[in-house]
Amino acid sequence: MTSAIEETARAVISRHLALDGAALPILHALQAEFGYLPEETLPLVAGALNISRAEVYGAATFYHDFHLEPRGKHTLTLCRAEACQAMGGAGLAERAKLRLGVNFGETTAGGEVTLEQTFCLGLCACGPSAMLDGKPVARLTPEKLDAIVDEVRP
Amino acid sequence: MRIFVPGDAAAIALGADDVAQAIQNAAARRGLPVEIVRNGSRGMVWLEPLVEAETPAGRIAYGPVEPAAVSGLFEAGFFEGGAHPLRIGRPEDHPFLKRQTRLAFARCGITDPLSLDDYRAHGGLKGLERALAIGPAATVEEVVNSGLRGRGGAGFPTGIKWRTVAETKAQQKYIVCNADEGDSGTFADRMMMEGDPFCLIEGMAIAGIATGATKGYIYIRSEYPHAVAAMREAVRRARKAGFLGERLPGSTHSFDMEVRVGAGAYVCGEETALLDSLEGKRGQVRAKPPLPAHVGLFGKPTVINNVISLASVPFILAEGGAAYRDFGMGRSRGTMPIQLAGNIKHGGLFETAFGITLGELVDDIGGGTASGRPVKAVQVGGPLGAYFPRALFGTPFDYEAFAAADGLIGHGGIVVFDDTVNMLEQARFAFEFCAFESCGKCTPCRIGSKRGAETIDKIRGGIDPGANLALVQELCETMKFGSLCALGGFTPYPVLSAIRHFPEDFGTAAHLAAAE
Repeated sequence: MTSAIEETARAVISRHLALDGAALPILHALQAEFGYLPEETLPLVAGALNISRAEVYGAATFYHDFHLEPRGKHTLTLCRAEACQAMGGAGLAERAKLRLGVNFGETTAGGEVTLEQTFCLGLCACGPSAMLDGKPVARLTPEKLDAIVDEVRP
Repeated sequence: MRIFVPGDAAAIALGADDVAQAIQNAAARRGLPVEIVRNGSRGMVWLEPLVEAETPAGRIAYGPVEPAAVSGLFEAGFFEGGAHPLRIGRPEDHPFLKRQTRLAFARCGITDPLSLDDYRAHGGLKGLERALAIGPAATVEEVVNSGLRGRGGAGFPTGIKWRTVAETKAQQKYIVCNADEGDSGTFADRMMMEGDPFCLIEGMAIAGIATGATKGYIYIRSEYPHAVAAMREAVRRARKAGFLGERLPGSTHSFDMEVRVGAGAYVCGEETALLDSLEGKRGQVRAKPPLPAHVGLFGKPTVINNVISLASVPFILAEGGAAYRDFGMGRSRGTMPIQLAGNIKHGGLFETAFGITLGELVDDIGGGTASGRPVKAVQVGGPLGAYFPRALFGTPFDYEAFAAADGLIGHGGIVVFDDTVNMLEQARFAFEFCAFESCGKCTPCRIGSKRGAETIDKIRGGIDPGANLALVQELCETMKFGSLCALGGFTPYPVLSAIRHFPEDFGTAAHLAAAE
């Protein structure tokens, strides 16, 4: 029996097999497809690339970007690095955790939003900065942050 | 009518997309034909979104423009450069730009980043043409003679790296561009990739010709989706125009490249970890030797250079190594795109010859803090760079001068902090960051960073502060000399500089030690 996930995963994997060092492009593509990396897809990657399951699992768990659990509908990523710290980023991070009731790396109970931390978005002359679903936001203030929180978790 | 609204990620983060849309809408309502060009950023980030109108008197800039200000701009006649409170005038006359020497960033903010015609009209491809004309050996020597050193942070002479790869015999060689710009306070690579991507492509193609490599990879961090999109499109267009692929124009050389995206691991900015990541593995650091120049990507001889190193090459080839070498001081030749960040009034990118002092950069050019409070500390060179007090503001921007002051210039980022910062917290963060990003291969980095953060907590809690401060310093020695790469090896820079220059934040024990 092949699940629908496995079938889709095979198609995604096969599109990248011509690349040298295809593991990361494949993991990115699988995550783009499913929103996370379903556990049953990892052995398929191993088989297709002729490497061990341990190597695929090792890569999938090494990088901060890859997730083995489903994620929230939205992802709010706050920069915690020095340039944003210098502009009050730490206070905003605490505010976001408090308002959403989650820690970094966690998803709200209703699955609305996953809160993430990052160390630098390259928006260091206009901090504090954040990213909402891939869209950059700069000069974040408590008011702007609250507006984002209200938007992603009505 | 051509209007320029930057498509740079910082400008977008400040509302540039909405501004572009508002201009489009307002022009349509007024029945005015308009062509909006999404240029790169000029690097004056405090003025973003910086909108420019192409007038008979040259380009006239307005900024920072919010969508709500657009109708006012139309009423002021900004298509003709009309007066308005946001009017900056001609960008090139602005003191922030006028004081710069833009060699690598000569086109950024001026051209349409994805127009090859624009690129060529502004001097692009001259370097590649010359490299093809003079041949590989002379190309390598030109880069050696320029004195260019790795702009990623390590400062290794780029030409020597190229020569090593050129002299190594192999069926396949690679050019890898390290665009994993993870240092806080740096964004030069991002600005280059978004604002002048063909410049990087040209630099990589020249590197390929010089060393006999036929394949290139650009490894861009995933936090830079706009840079990824710009580079992918630029590579596609360069290939279509015949500047990438089989047999470059008028030659027998072939060179093609691919864009690859990282996955959120700071340590992949370390060159050997990046190579492992490109191969599809965990991004763990390799022991050196062998050098990547001998055994690099997929075990083949590999040039691995930072974005700015490679983007400096087209100028060096077009104008000659000597023209580049004429700028700078001591063994730091040419220019450095310095990034002014953090709590700073005039933040942005300032490309200038080596030798300018830290104080000039922070006070004169940066205008001091954004908060208006006194500057307490500046961190130079990213999260692994030292914190400098005002007393060291006379230090010239130069690899050796910063090393002599127990610091590093790194990738050229300067993060300014005002007097509300607590340096014990910054020292603790340095350890915490190292622990979070450690690849785990070597013990001093993996365990030392954890223990360092815990020991700082003890000092903060007043638990035997004297002995624990001594322990932190001893731990730093171990990390500095025992770590496999710069992550563990350089974390002591921010920690020890914070303790040395700001003992008052570490309690009486540090005070007494500093007084000895």
